[in-house]
Amino acid sequence: MATEGGEGGFAIHPMDQFIVTPLFGGDVVRWYTPTNVTLWMGLTVLAVVALLVVGTRGRAIVPTRVQSIAELAYGFVYQMVEDVAGKDGVKYFPYIMTLFMFIVLANFLGLLPMAFTTTSHIAVTGILAMAVFLSVTVLGFVLHGAKFLSLFWISSAPLALRPVLALIELISYFVRPVSHSIRLAGNMMAGHAVIKVFAGFAGALGAASVIPVVAITAVYGLEVLVAFIQAYVFTILTCVYLKDALHPHH
Amino acid sequence: MATETHGVEKAVGMPQLDISTFSNQIFWLVVALVAIYLILSRSALPRIASVLAERRGTITNDIAAAEELKLKAAEAERAYEQALADARAEAGRIIAKAKAEIQVELDAALARADAEIAAKSTESEKRIAEIRDGAMQTVAEVARDTAGAIVASLGGKADNAAIEAAVSEWVKA
Repeated sequence: MATEGGEGGFAIHPMDQFIVTPLFGGDVVRWYTPTNVTLWMGLTVLAVVALLVVGTRGRAIVPTRVQSIAELAYGFVYQMVEDVAGKDGVKYFPYIMTLFMFIVLANFLGLLPMAFTTTSHIAVTGILAMAVFLSVTVLGFVLHGAKFLSLFWISSAPLALRPVLALIELISYFVRPVSHSIRLAGNMMAGHAVIKVFAGFAGALGAASVIPVVAITAVYGLEVLVAFIQAYVFTILTCVYLKDALHPHH
Repeated sequence: MATETHGVEKAVGMPQLDISTFSNQIFWLVVALVAIYLILSRSALPRIASVLAERRGTITNDIAAAEELKLKAAEAERAYEQALADARAEAGRIIAKAKAEIQVELDAALARADAEIAAKSTESEKRIAEIRDGAMQTVAEVARDTAGAIVASLGGKADNAAIEAAVSEWVKA
């Protein structure tokens, strides 16, 4: 960060926090290289274990605090799957729970100072979104065969409008993974970048840096909210797509 | 080295668009997701589900037990009320009986007292009559004697029969 010293007072590099670097030196990032991505995804997995496995170790009838949180998370996602995707969506609950826990904990861990936010990378969210998109599409065809295409043929619309609507539906269907992934990565990236920009101001302003510090505090609070909401949005959209695959008829 | 990396990033702009790191991120993402899925499906989710089910069962049982206890309490209360009512009735009966007994005794005593009083008053009346009769007789005798004496002192000769008749007439009047 100090390498830009020659360019003047402001040395703000809000995007540097997103750089993927190897953990153990070297500058070549191969597919198997342990990087900060590895580290923070590993921490995410550990957080999942700590919350859902270690936290529920007691199997208490009257839960401890951690067990309460684990049960809340379970009930939250379970209810979401059941409400949105229906009773027959419940058997996909473990997959959706996996997605939710990964995203929400990666988001929260990314908010730690000096952390690397894995969900701020389009490569990560893109894979998540593509996995959802391909899964529900394949599932739709497996469950309903060609009838799955009736998702795009809106039988309640006037006949003349149906081809137009079908085109629109088709386009919106294929845009889903794009919006699904960019929404999450964009939110994460933007918030962290904003915090970093304010932090750069704070470093340069001297005594007046109290203003950016207050701003950082406010944005941080907002980011905590966004971290949860984006995980929630990603999960509920997954449930909606799953519902379309299970019940393609409008 | 860091400078060099930094320079590269500057050229690319957003590290998110550095395609050279994609395979690395995707690989580790898949590893993480598979790990989380295995942990959740093998351990965490069944455990939480069983804990929730167990809690639901416990709560249902407790509510049932509470209902039962409530019924028992109501029953006990009813028994208590019953006992109380019984005791009240019993007490009332005892009181009535005692009252009746007392009344009977009282009546008997009153009757006895009345009879005694009546007897005594009859006797008294009789004695009063006797006394009165005796007094009358005495008065007549005294009158006769006095009349005889007065007649004698006046120098007359006492005619007993005439005195007797006169005294009887006076006393009667």
